[in-house]
Amino acid sequence: MQFGIFSVGDVTPDPTTGRTPSERARIKAIVAIALKAEEVGLDVFATGEHHNPPFVPSSPTTMLGYIAARTERIVLSTATTLITTNDPVKIAEDYAMLQHLADGRVDLMMGRGNTGPVYPWFGQDIREGINLAKENYALLRRLWREDVVDWEGKFRTPLQGFTSTPRPLDGVPPFVWHGSIRSPEIAEQAAYYGDGFFHNNIFWPFDHTRRMVELYRRRYAFHGHGHPEQAIVGLGGQVFMRKNSQDAVREFRPYFDNAPVYGHGPSLEEFTEQTPLTVGSPQQVIERTLSFRESVGDYQRQLFLMDHAGLPLKTVLQQLDILGEEVVPVLRKEFAIDRPVNVPDAPTHGLLRDARAVTAE
Amino acid sequence: MNQTTRMNQATRMNRMNRMRLVAVSAGLSTPSSTRLLADRLVQSARYELAAQGHEVETHVVELRDLAVAVANNLVTGFPAPPLAAAIDAVTGAHGLIVVTPVFTASYSGLLKSFFDLIDPQALAGKPVLVAATGGTARHSLALDHALRPLFAYLRAAVVPTGVYAASEDWGSGGDSYAEGLPGRVQRAGGELAALMSRREGKEGTEEHADDVDDVDDDVAVLERQLSDLRFD
Repeated sequence: MQFGIFSVGDVTPDPTTGRTPSERARIKAIVAIALKAEEVGLDVFATGEHHNPPFVPSSPTTMLGYIAARTERIVLSTATTLITTNDPVKIAEDYAMLQHLADGRVDLMMGRGNTGPVYPWFGQDIREGINLAKENYALLRRLWREDVVDWEGKFRTPLQGFTSTPRPLDGVPPFVWHGSIRSPEIAEQAAYYGDGFFHNNIFWPFDHTRRMVELYRRRYAFHGHGHPEQAIVGLGGQVFMRKNSQDAVREFRPYFDNAPVYGHGPSLEEFTEQTPLTVGSPQQVIERTLSFRESVGDYQRQLFLMDHAGLPLKTVLQQLDILGEEVVPVLRKEFAIDRPVNVPDAPTHGLLRDARAVTAE
Repeated sequence: MNQTTRMNQATRMNRMNRMRLVAVSAGLSTPSSTRLLADRLVQSARYELAAQGHEVETHVVELRDLAVAVANNLVTGFPAPPLAAAIDAVTGAHGLIVVTPVFTASYSGLLKSFFDLIDPQALAGKPVLVAATGGTARHSLALDHALRPLFAYLRAAVVPTGVYAASEDWGSGGDSYAEGLPGRVQRAGGELAALMSRREGKEGTEEHADDVDDVDDDVAVLERQLSDLRFD
């Protein structure tokens, strides 16, 4: 099982000091966080893609390419890549390029964006959101799998004799996750292709997550990719930890109360009860995270959101130390217990390359 | 036919006739004349449905109790459990009675916020009775200028009679020119009951497909669309 972090990349004022980091400081902080993630032994770092303030990561492969050059082991991913408004040709090229630079340490999570205007900003129609996700992704798959593509669709100009370069590393396209919170269509899309399904449950009650994952697993089996329990599932989650749970609550409360995404609604207590947000001791985080398995079955990837609500970089790095030293090692051990042998690991470049070699023999 | 089969059939018959009637009351005070009107309308519709041989299950959603949960849902995007239960009750009802006080020439903001949280398709075709309360009769057209358009947008089937109760209606009867409140309540309840019976006669009152089955229908369509894009 993989453990990692994902960053939304928001520039949020620290409510305890009133200070807002500059874009440069935030971008550098995201890099520092990614490097720290590798240092503390995490498996995955994923960056968001946004095209509106207060978010900075508009150019994920630039960021991930830079991080790739400064890391050795960690898998670089997205949370999420906008399959709706990006040209699938550019996605195919950018991420194949990144694959080569990062020696295969690349996968992607497809998503549909955080704001309505992103569609018209990129010349698309929001009412076609799901259709764009379907058609663009179908084209992306072909661009990675066929050397020469003739193609005609509804949403971009036709392609005649087009070859996307560079070709995917070792002829193995990056593994793709499909991220969605509330659209069953996306769970179906993931199931149809036998891709991964990531439920970013950070702002949603767990019962909803359970139902979406159940649907995905059932459809994954229906489409003949394996048993339901072999489907590739990822979950989000967000935590704030201190040795003492009361200290964690005391320190995080002003951040929670004022964060644009959390504050001015339910109390911290209500929110932690109804969503995966866990504010407390490392042990509480371990217990909460282990409980996810009871709802969705054995799964492949757990990503935590750590740099949220305007927390300063220093605090985030401390949080990553706790996550890497005290939480993830226990989670690795506990999740491995009673994990059925037929439940696969998260696909990596190496695993996919080996599987391809076996098929070719 | 063995006994179990007979019993299942009896349960099924019972369920066939069982109707869920839900009232949403947006009154803010306790006791509230809005709730009082909701109760009268429920009683009237229930009486008519019973007369037609239906077993009726009634439930009143008091929005006052859910005010904070409604506001929280607006900012978080998901309902807390008691609100989720109220939304399920409303969307799962065979007939709906909606009663609001008139505030600033319209329904209350709380009522609108509650219906903002409901899937816009979820009330399509549902029989709805609209009602309102106010200090004087001067605001009675809020029913037709505010509540009807809201439910027209939601494509609900609103019954012809809307019931408005001004304070004075609680202490007067009708006269030779207009029906009193009890007459209007009875007429509106009858209309709602008739619409519910007619609709269920056509569709049957068996439990409608739950979430998961609805989703299955959706994904079947999507699967065809994905196959159309398939290349390998």
